[in-house]
Amino acid sequence: MQFSENTKISAKLLALAASMLVFAIFIMPPLYDAFCEITGLNGKTGGRYEAVPAAVDTSRLVTVQFLASNNKNMPWTFAPSVLSVKVHPGEIMDTVFLAFNPTNRDMIGQAIPSLVPFKAAEYFHKTECFCFNQQALKAGEGEELPLRFVVDPDLPPSVNTITLSYTLFDVTERVSNNPNKSRTSSAREG
Amino acid sequence: MAHGPQAGFKRWVYTTNHKDIGTMYLWFSFAMFFLGGCMALIIRAELFEPGLQIVQPEFFNQMTTMHGLIMVFGAVMPAFVGLANWMLPMMIGAPDMALPRMNNWSFWILPFAFAMLVSTLFMEGGAPNFGWTFYAPLSTEYAPPSVTFFIFAIHILGASSIMGAINIIATILNMRAPGMTLMKMPLFAWTWLITAYLLIAVMPVLAGVVTMMLMDIHFGTSFFNAAGGGDPVLFQHVFWFFGHPEVYIMILPAFGIISAIIPTFARKPLFGYSSMVYATASIAFLSFIVWAHHMFTVGMPIAGELFFMYATMLIAVPTGVKIFNWVSTMFRGSMTFETPMLFAVAFIILFAIGGFSGLMLAIAPADFQYHDTYFVVAHFHYVLVPGAIFSITAGVYYWLPKWTGHMYNETMGKVHFWLAFVGLNLTFFPMHFVGLAGMPRRIPDYALQFADFNQIASVGAFLFGAAQVVFLFNVVRTVMGGKKASEGVWDNAQGLEWTVPSPAPYHTFSTPPAVR
Repeated sequence: MQFSENTKISAKLLALAASMLVFAIFIMPPLYDAFCEITGLNGKTGGRYEAVPAAVDTSRLVTVQFLASNNKNMPWTFAPSVLSVKVHPGEIMDTVFLAFNPTNRDMIGQAIPSLVPFKAAEYFHKTECFCFNQQALKAGEGEELPLRFVVDPDLPPSVNTITLSYTLFDVTERVSNNPNKSRTSSAREG
Repeated sequence: MAHGPQAGFKRWVYTTNHKDIGTMYLWFSFAMFFLGGCMALIIRAELFEPGLQIVQPEFFNQMTTMHGLIMVFGAVMPAFVGLANWMLPMMIGAPDMALPRMNNWSFWILPFAFAMLVSTLFMEGGAPNFGWTFYAPLSTEYAPPSVTFFIFAIHILGASSIMGAINIIATILNMRAPGMTLMKMPLFAWTWLITAYLLIAVMPVLAGVVTMMLMDIHFGTSFFNAAGGGDPVLFQHVFWFFGHPEVYIMILPAFGIISAIIPTFARKPLFGYSSMVYATASIAFLSFIVWAHHMFTVGMPIAGELFFMYATMLIAVPTGVKIFNWVSTMFRGSMTFETPMLFAVAFIILFAIGGFSGLMLAIAPADFQYHDTYFVVAHFHYVLVPGAIFSITAGVYYWLPKWTGHMYNETMGKVHFWLAFVGLNLTFFPMHFVGLAGMPRRIPDYALQFADFNQIASVGAFLFGAAQVVFLFNVVRTVMGGKKASEGVWDNAQGLEWTVPSPAPYHTFSTPPAVR
C-alpha cells in the first residue's frame, strides 16, 4: 500500500517534470516568436508583404534611415546605397544595399533586420527584401541587394523617423554543414 | 530491524538511510562551499587594487562563473537537501524518506556532476567563462570548448535535484505520522514541500535551456542564433523563467529553518503559523511571473516593464508578512542568544536589507542605472549570504547536537558568528556604493575612484573566509566529541525531532509517534 502510493506520486511528479521540459524546448520558443511577431518586440519585422493599393498620404513625410553592420568575423563589405530616404506613407519605395565579398572563397550571408522604434515595426512592410533569402557571393563578387518597402499610412503620428538596421551573418558553414536543420525558413524572419 | 550500518566505505556507497545521506549531502555542500569560497577570494584578491595583479582577465571570468555555479548548485542547494534528508523524516515522524534507493542515487550523481564541472578548469580553453547566467551567444558561439561538459554537468545535477524533490514531496505527503496533519507540520516541512514543487517545475526548464544550447553548438539549430532565425533574448527569457523561481528555491527552506529557531530561543510559539504557510505559497506563485525584471534593459514594451515591476514589488508583501511574524515571535519573548539565534536574528536584519535593495532594483526606470553594476552584486549577496548561508549555518548549529550527541563549542560559535557578520557587511555593503557610482560587475580591473571601497570589500571577504574555517573546526570538534547533549538539547525546543535521543539513533520512528 505504502509502496503504491509512493509510486503513484512519483509517477505524477515525474510527468510534471517531463512536461516542463517539453514546455521549455518546444513551447516557449514558438510562443516567444509569436509574441514578438504580434508586438514587434525586438524590432522583428514581418515577413513578405503583399502590397495592397493604398492611398498615398502626401500630407506627411517619414524619414527612413538605413544601417548595415557585420556580425563578428563577417569579412564582406556591406552598406546601404543611401543612408536615408524620405517617403510618404503608402508610397512604394525601392532601394538597394551593396554587398561585396573580398575574400578568395565562396560564401553565404544572411542579413537579419531590426527596426526601431519597436512600435513602428508592424507598420513597416517589405514587399521585396534580400533578407528573405540567403545571399551567396562567389569570391571577389559583389551584388546589389534589393529592398522594396512601404510605410503603412496608419503609422502613429508620433513616429517621424524609422531606423532599419541589417546585421549580416556569415552562414557559410552552417549551411554547408546542415542544409536542412537550420531554423532559417527564409520568409519567417524577413 | 535492529541492524546498524554496514562497515567501512560500503556504508556510505550503499546506504539508503536518510541520516547517512543527509550527512553526505551536508559534507559535500561544505566542501563545495570552501571551493566556491576560494574562488571568491581569488576574485576579491584581484580586485583589491585597480589594474591586473594576480590573474588574467580570462581566468578571472572563469572564477566568477565557477564561483556562482558552485555556490548555487554545489553549496546552497545540496545543503538544503541535506538538511531536509536529516530533519524531515524526524520532524514528521517518518522512519525514513519515501524513496530511499532513489535518495542514494540522487546524492551519488552529484559528486560526478561537479567533478565534471570542476575538471573544465584544467581543459584547453579553460572553464566556462560566461558568468553563472551563461547568456547566449556568449555561452554558445563564443564559449570555450569545455561548455559541453558544463551542459552535461547541469543535466546531471538537475536530475539529482528533481529526484530529491520528488522524494521530499512523496515523504511529506505519504509518510507523516498519524495525526500529523498538513497544518500541524513544522514550517521547515512546509517550506520544503513548496520548494520541491518549484524544483520540479523549473529544473526541467534549466535542463531545457542547456539542451537548446547543446543543439545550437553541436547540431546546427538556431534557437539563440540570430543568423539562423533565432533570438538571443529568448535565452534570457527561458533562463530567467527558471532563474527566478531558483532564487526562491534557495531562500524558502531558509524561511523554514528560521521559523524553527526563532521560537525556540524566544521561548514563544511562532506568531502567525498559517499566514507563514500562505505567504510561502504566495511567494512561490509570484516567483513564476516576475522573471523579466532581470532583463528590464533588453527592450520591452512599456506594458511589460510595468507588469514585471509591479508584480515584483508585490513579492514584498508576503515577504513582509514573514519578517513581521518573526519579529512578533521575538517580541516580549524570553530571548537568549546562542549561536543559532545570533545567525537567525542576523538573517532577519540582513535579509531585509537585501530585500530593500531588491525593491530598488524592481523599479524599472531606476534599474537602467543599476543594471549589471555592483549594486546588483551587493543585492543578491545580501539575500544569499545572510539568507541562505546564514540560515544553513544557523540550522547546522541548531541541530548539530542532535546529529552528533555533542554540544558544539559556544564560544567558538560566537566567534564564528561575529567574524562572519562583520566580514559579510564589510564585503558587501561597500558594493552598494561602488555599484551606484557605476562600477560594472564581472570585471577584473576598475577605475581608480572605486579603489577604497574595493579594498574594504576584499578585507571583509578574507575575514568572512577565516570565519568559515572556525566553523569547520567547530563542527569537526563537535563530531569528534564534547559535552553530551540532552534529548531536548535546547530549553524549549518544540517538535518531534527533540523527542528522540541525542545523537539520533540510526533508525528513528520505526513505529509512528503519537501526535497530539
